[in-house]
Parts: sequence; structure tokens; C-alpha cells
Amino acid sequence: MTAAPTGQPTAGTELPPLEIPVTRTLIVAGAIASRDYQDVHHDAELARQKGSPDVFMNILTTNGLVGRYITDHFGPTAMLRKVAIRLGVPNYPGDTMVLTGRIEAVDGDTATVRVVGANALGRHVTGTVTVTVPTQAPPSAPAPEGRS
Amino acid sequence: MSGEAGKGAVPGAGTAASTHPDALGERMERDALGVRPESDGLGERPEADALGVRLKAYEGAPAALAGAGKDPVNAPMIRHWCEAMGDTSPAYSGPDAIAPPTMLQAWTMGGLSGHEARTGAYDELLGLLDASGCTSVVATDCEQEYLRPLRPGDRVAFDSMIESVSDRKTTKLGTGYFVTTRTDVRVDGDLVGTHRFRILKYAPARRKAPAPRPRPVVNRDNAGFWQGVADRRLLVQRCTDCGTLRHPWLPGCNACGGPDWDTVEASGAGTVHSYVVMHHPPFPAFTESDQGTGTAGPYAVGLVELAEGVRMVSNVVGVPYDKVRIGLPVRVEFRTYEDTEGALVLPVFRVVEGEG
Repeated sequence: MTAAPTGQPTAGTELPPLEIPVTRTLIVAGAIASRDYQDVHHDAELARQKGSPDVFMNILTTNGLVGRYITDHFGPTAMLRKVAIRLGVPNYPGDTMVLTGRIEAVDGDTATVRVVGANALGRHVTGTVTVTVPTQAPPSAPAPEGRS
Repeated sequence: MSGEAGKGAVPGAGTAASTHPDALGERMERDALGVRPESDGLGERPEADALGVRLKAYEGAPAALAGAGKDPVNAPMIRHWCEAMGDTSPAYSGPDAIAPPTMLQAWTMGGLSGHEARTGAYDELLGLLDASGCTSVVATDCEQEYLRPLRPGDRVAFDSMIESVSDRKTTKLGTGYFVTTRTDVRVDGDLVGTHRFRILKYAPARRKAPAPRPRPVVNRDNAGFWQGVADRRLLVQRCTDCGTLRHPWLPGCNACGGPDWDTVEASGAGTVHSYVVMHHPPFPAFTESDQGTGTAGPYAVGLVELAEGVRMVSNVVGVPYDKVRIGLPVRVEFRTYEDTEGALVLPVFRVVEGEG
């Protein structure tokens, strides 16, 4: 998504939800891309031996998805300042996580967004993201290569 | 993940567990904040927690010193991350690319080959917890602050400290301690981000092993029957005086009183003569239902009349419990049940294909 900057954020605004299909591929790709080789994130057999019904998403992937959710919405010039998340129920393959967000506060060009990611089991993640959204595209804004 | 707390990783800068199955779930439903390491009613107030006192002594100790990212910030790792996350933001590609800020921890991960920067203090802390039975670990919180974007070419250095160790807490997962580490990430000496990571290191709550099925009481009067079952043969006693078949096995003939007997092998064919369906109370040993739901009961108990004329009590399988009917044709099946006491073979009766 390369949504254009949406102008100034307003407290109380609900962000459109983002559905993340929690595939086995996403779990494994996210774990490896974050250099997390804990077996419970890629080896279903070992995960079962440790009492889990299947592999499950690692916290770094969840963190990355929360960050993506915010920057998808506010656009490529938005700068993440803080991402603080807390995990709840696991993200297992076959589930869908729906990320929702609400702008809690705005201070100048900086917004605080409360994010919840829920799946069929309950809340996988709750968190708060602080993001700065430049009032106008800075003149030095990169003219990025099209990345579809 | 259990049993290897952040093996080969630097705390907070490489311990990357995630939630455990059954983790904290119901609590999250009630409280979006889930487990708090501080007081929220989740924790039990420790009394004379000697271990806790020892663990507290590690607060402020370094967990990793002079750690260095294994790779400089680089476009390929950024691209792999974006592919995995489905993140197509143009900010992360092209000549002015920055790294996704949430990759902060990834640059500090030890990966498969582990880390060298971990300090003795952190290993000691984990060792104490392991020795006390807190062998499992889940990540519960990640808090990152980004002071400036990372760009390809940046060489990441980091230090990590044990920021806090909680009192002993009891959670759904088990009892243990929350350990919070804080990692400062620097490039060329400048702080570029901080990363606070919290794990719960805990002794897993005992999972109840499924109750074993009750074993048949084998005595000298019925040992022959059970030997037959072990051989996958359904044996019926026959009085050698009058020829009457009998089941269950008995020392003498009910028809003529004769004490002598031999056996005939039943064909295994039969019909449901009568049945009951057990609904309540649930019996923990009978957790296997024919629908494979893994829940206890209900289950059908049949009184099966064998083709040879004797009747036998056992489970009727192959149809849902509420589809068992008098007169259903069935055939014996020797089913093996594996449980904590080993393997048990029992004769059950499967509804003949096309019936029921």
C-alpha cells in the first residue's frame, strides 16, 4: 500500500481494519526475516512436543505487522517513533488477524495510535504506536521507485 | 518455546519467543493489557521468596556488552523483511531507503550461530531460573523507541541491561518471573533506538495427562478370554458337558453345572441387542469419542448379541453415539488404546458399513 499521506491525523479517528491471513508461510517467513530461529516458529513437530498445537507467530513479526499497519495508513513519509506491544493469544496458521486502530491523541504532527490485533482466539496483540506525520511532504521526499 | 531461554541470543536483543498456546488468553479477553509484571491480581504475593530475592540482585546488571550486529543494515535483509510482512512502503526501497523501524531488534539477533556478547550475569540469572524449574519462556512485551532511522550501511552496536525482575507471578502458563531487559542500539556511538523486551520465564503449569482407561480385571476365570483378545480372537466359553456357550466367562456352566469347558472363536458378527448412551457424568478416561472431538463423552455402550448367541458389553463405534439403534449389525474390531499405562487392546463393535 502506498496510500498518500492523509493530512493531519485527528484524535478519535478509527483506522480502517487490516486483515492479515496468518499462513504458515507468513509465520516462517517472518521468523526467518527477523532472524528468529526458535523451533516453535518453524517446526510444527517440535512445537507440538512443547505443548503447542502448531507453530505460532513470533513477537518480531507481530511488531513488524503493527508497524506496517500504521505506515500503510499514514503513508511513506510517516515516521514511527515508538511501538510498544503486548502479546496475548497466539497467532496460529489458518487464523486471520484483524488489526484495528484508533488515534488516541494528537500533539502537533505526532499521533498516538492504539492498536489491537484480534484473531479467532482473542486478542493476539495490543499496543500503542507513536507516529510523526509531516504536515506536508518534505521537499526532499524521495521519489521512490514504484514497488507495486 | 520452552527449555531454552533465548539460547544463543542476547536478552532483549535476540530473545524472540512469542506467546505460548493457552497463553494468557482468557485474561487478554478481559484485559487488553494481559499479564502485567506488576501487581494486577495476576501475581501471587510472594512470601519469603528466597529465589526472588536472589534474582532481584541482578537488576541493573549488564546482559550484553559491546554487542555488534552480525550484518550492517542492508537492503537484502530489508527486502526479505518487507516481503515477509507484506510491507510495500516505498520508504524501504530505492536509493534513499530506510530500514523499517520495527526491524530494530532484527539487527541485533544472534541468528542460528548465536551471540558472543551475552554476559555472565544474564546467563547466571537464566541458570538460576532454570535450576528452580522455570525452564520455559515466552515473550510478553516489546517496546521500541526510534530516535533516527537506520539506513543501509549503518553498523549497529548495542548494550543490554537487566532492567527489572518481577516478583514471583502465577499465570495461566505457570509460575515464574518476568525479566525485562533494555537494549540501547547505537550507530557510530549515537543512540538510534532503544528496545525493551520482557519475557516470562516460568515453570509450566502441569498439564494433566489424559486419565488412562480402566484396565480389565483379569483373573484365573477370565484369563483365557483376555488372552484371546490379545491374540485378536474373540473366544466364547463352551461347556464340554452340555455344549452350552457362555459369556462372560465363569468357572462353571449355568445350564448343567459342569465345571469343564473349552472355547470356540466367535465370528465377530453381531447385532446391537440393547444400548445406553452415557452423557453424565463425563468420565475422564473416556475422552476419545468417535467424532474425534477429544472431549469426554457422550458415548454409546452396547449390549451386543453375537451371531453365536451370547451377549457382550462393549462400545459401539463407527456412528455417532446418537445414531446407535437396537438391531444394528456390528462386527468386532480390536482397538488399541495408548495411554500413560501403555497399550490396551479391547474388543469394540463397529457398525457394519452402510448401516446406521
